[in-house]
Amino acid sequence: MTAPHAPVSVSPEEARIADKPRLRRFQQASWDEKLIFELGSPGERGVLVPATDPSIGKAEIPAALRRAEPPALPEMSQQQVLRHYLRLSQENLGADLNIDVGQGTCTMKYSPKINDQFVRDPRIAALHPLQDEDTVQGVLGIIHSLEQLLKEISGMDRVSLQPGAGSAAIYTNVAMIRAYFAARGELEQRDEVITTIFSHPSNAACAKTAGFKVITLHPDADGYPDIEALKAAVGPRTAALLITNPEDTGIYNPRIEEFVRIVHEAGGLCSYDQANANGILGITRARDAGFDLCHFNLHKTFSTPHACGGPAAGACAVSEDLAPYLPRPTVEFDGSTYRLDDDRPESVGKMRPFYGVVPNLVRAYAWIMSLGAQGLRAAAETAVLNNNYLLHKVRQIPGVSIPYAAGRPRVEQVRYSWEKLHEDTGLHSEDIGLRAADFGTHYWTSHHPYVVPEPMTLEPTESYTRADLDEYAAILAEIAREAYEDPETVHTAPHRSTIHRVRPEALDSPATWAVSWRAYRRKVLGEAGR
Amino acid sequence: MTRIGLVVNPVAGLGGRVGLGGTDGPDRTRVALSLGARPLAGARAAAALGELAARSGRLTEAGRPAWDGRGSDSTAAARPAPSRRTRASADLTACAPGGQPDASEGTAQASATTRERTPRPVPGHRADATEDPAPKELSDTQAGAPAIAPVGDPPGSGLLVVTAAGPLGADSVAAAGLAGRVVYAAGAGRDTSAADTAAAVRAVVAEGVDLLLFAGGDGTARDVLGALRDVPCPVLGVPTGVKMHSAVFAISPRAAGEVAAAWLARRSTVRLRDAEVMDRDEDALSEGRVASQLFGWLRVPDIPARVQQRKTGSTATAPDAVGGIATDVAERVGDGLLVLGPGSTTRAIAATLGADVSLTGVDVLRLRPGHRPRIVARDAGEDTLLSIGPAWIALSPIGGQGFLLGRGNQQISPRVLRAAGGRERLLVLCTEQKLAALGGRPLLLDTGDDALNAELSGHLPVITGRRRTSLYRLAG
Repeated sequence: MTAPHAPVSVSPEEARIADKPRLRRFQQASWDEKLIFELGSPGERGVLVPATDPSIGKAEIPAALRRAEPPALPEMSQQQVLRHYLRLSQENLGADLNIDVGQGTCTMKYSPKINDQFVRDPRIAALHPLQDEDTVQGVLGIIHSLEQLLKEISGMDRVSLQPGAGSAAIYTNVAMIRAYFAARGELEQRDEVITTIFSHPSNAACAKTAGFKVITLHPDADGYPDIEALKAAVGPRTAALLITNPEDTGIYNPRIEEFVRIVHEAGGLCSYDQANANGILGITRARDAGFDLCHFNLHKTFSTPHACGGPAAGACAVSEDLAPYLPRPTVEFDGSTYRLDDDRPESVGKMRPFYGVVPNLVRAYAWIMSLGAQGLRAAAETAVLNNNYLLHKVRQIPGVSIPYAAGRPRVEQVRYSWEKLHEDTGLHSEDIGLRAADFGTHYWTSHHPYVVPEPMTLEPTESYTRADLDEYAAILAEIAREAYEDPETVHTAPHRSTIHRVRPEALDSPATWAVSWRAYRRKVLGEAGR
Repeated sequence: MTRIGLVVNPVAGLGGRVGLGGTDGPDRTRVALSLGARPLAGARAAAALGELAARSGRLTEAGRPAWDGRGSDSTAAARPAPSRRTRASADLTACAPGGQPDASEGTAQASATTRERTPRPVPGHRADATEDPAPKELSDTQAGAPAIAPVGDPPGSGLLVVTAAGPLGADSVAAAGLAGRVVYAAGAGRDTSAADTAAAVRAVVAEGVDLLLFAGGDGTARDVLGALRDVPCPVLGVPTGVKMHSAVFAISPRAAGEVAAAWLARRSTVRLRDAEVMDRDEDALSEGRVASQLFGWLRVPDIPARVQQRKTGSTATAPDAVGGIATDVAERVGDGLLVLGPGSTTRAIAATLGADVSLTGVDVLRLRPGHRPRIVARDAGEDTLLSIGPAWIALSPIGGQGFLLGRGNQQISPRVLRAAGGRERLLVLCTEQKLAALGGRPLLLDTGDDALNAELSGHLPVITGRRRTSLYRLAG
């Protein structure tokens, strides 16, 4: 389920924190499945592709780019392929199978299945990016409408859906900031970008990539971004503030308007990284806090598949002053016809081919339309409530602490620390994550920057029920108990998974990583000349 | 009557300003003095007592020490309660003129429990200096018969300092204008030694004190640890050494006074914690690493903001971050002189630039774009640094503690910093990880010059990579 649409009345008795649930028995399926390249037999076919009419002729691929021999694709029946992928899915802790609240800052909320049906509709699935505008009026209409919705949600004046999410969107915003100051002849003078240590590290990385110097602010004694440090940092060299709010710790900066004012007074622009927008939809707007630019990760907040190695979709929203610099093409509407405008001389250029990842734009559009304004706000409120409910339960687990802003509530996620448990038992956060797999759930152990020792970031979103959160907290509590009483069990986990610990060193070295079957044969099997 | 113990190691910190590192060993002490070093431990101890006295108006009759069988936490309670001499038996004349530096005689004043726990010999530690002639500055203050008598006028605060004679404590008590009771004296006309520290500590603790202050560095802390094995007396170090890796020190002498006052006033709410006694690992140093070795724990009042953290090891000095910092420093300095403080971060940065500098000393490099740096001075002392002319000063904070000035780099003195141009010429170098590991605590200054501390306090850019800085708070 996504958000509740009607207020739910809870009796005082029900409202108390639920008792510890019984932990389910879990044993992952093990199929000892070969790689698909090792399956099948020569000549076996899954699909018969129709022969090409000889009159059409062969595609004009330059000779230098043509393969000398056909690719070594596996040859197998449809049923074999289906079984293969079903088995693989059982050997995973997929998003549809477990309580997926431990994704670090990578929100993995539930994506309603009906949205996938829209995407599978041939009118979307069979689109070609080179089709004439006249033939894609419907999808251009969806893009235009989604832009209008995101304008309303952010309060900004203009939106582009072309950039990817995350770093691609942040980079797009930095590129627009650079173009803005270049147009005003101030780029040489304004060469510094300010960010905070708990903002997504992509903010610093993108600013640096775009040629700016980076100044990082650390938290003050209360755990909030240090406003005194900001005052010391701003000046005539300030180009922009790039800030995430709530930050990746889940802490919301209550003085964000003051931050924006201080930077504006110094002549800089302010860009709002809304990677963690799940708890603020319909509650706060970037424009209302004075921001000049912002972005959304549609895959995080608007329930589309995650970007990690997949189809990222982002939205960059800007004020009128920055609109000329938006990536091209933009989608324009004259009241009757949609068209793509590529004639934008001040644009920062193309950030992605064509006009973004259309299937994800359709999913996000469907999600927003199905919830409506009230539903979005309910989703945000539920995400915050879920998060603070889980916070209340997790803080009671021995060995867990909640660094920074002690005692304050968080927005939609919390970066916890197992530092105490590590000091007491020698076990790491990663060990706990691996042991969690033995209970059929998991948490991801990427929590950059590694400022919080032995970090664990949980973000329940609005997708999970109270029972789900009780179960998740109970699993963590059980692992903490084991860590103190029987640390070896945790240290040697997982025990009920298909595969024991993966050796990460093979993934870290260009000499051994294999991102294709061909690379695997060359690097791992030692077959020369492949 | 509230009773504070005080034992001062008068030679602690002598080597700092003259660039000698620690003063472990009589030879180093002599060399330091010959180079013009001035003793400062006594004055710093007096500053701590002064702060304590200023805050002690609120002190009331303390009664039994909190650690004495009814500790503020279970660990303390579980420890054996120390036997305390009653006031009646604390006959000052028992501490005969001429003293008894021998450990077993020293413990004769203490309880049987303490006597059985003579300090373990500390490997490589400074030897008893009985046969060495005392440096003039020090021996003057304790020439003749030790003053075994209360010193100073009781300020009416109900505070009594139990201490050792002359530079071992009584001088500082007198300087602070407090009431003192002297229970130990070193031999007349000779240098003090590690054995004196241990014996003085045992004598003081045997009197029954609510908190033992000691002034010194890591070596002194080890002596105190040796004397206090299994005696859960609350302890706090007044930082006067050259480098202090242990977690038993207040962040400054004045903070030591603050903590002592807070402990005496609020023993029901301030907990004690086991704090690490560390010292430099000389084996690691010979291999080119700065590492600390753990020797044990002392129980200190748990007031985190005023009591320093232990030094943490130089964790993975990320090569890419160091490379970026080095490039940034070279760009800022251009054609000029660079004073490089001690530590593995600064050393790695120098190595990236192409210079092999010492790990624990302060070196001066001449940078020129396109050229390898030239080492102008190695292990420079204050005088050398004052003589070189305009220079940039690059420092890296001590991991875990956050000390930037006043620990291990005393030769970069207030005069040197002012001559260089103050904060405009100060380059603070630190990897983002090391900075983040401070958990939001500020970088610390203990230059001994309040005006300079105030001038440097506030937010300062810390270079964390090429064209990357973090604005971070410095506090004096």
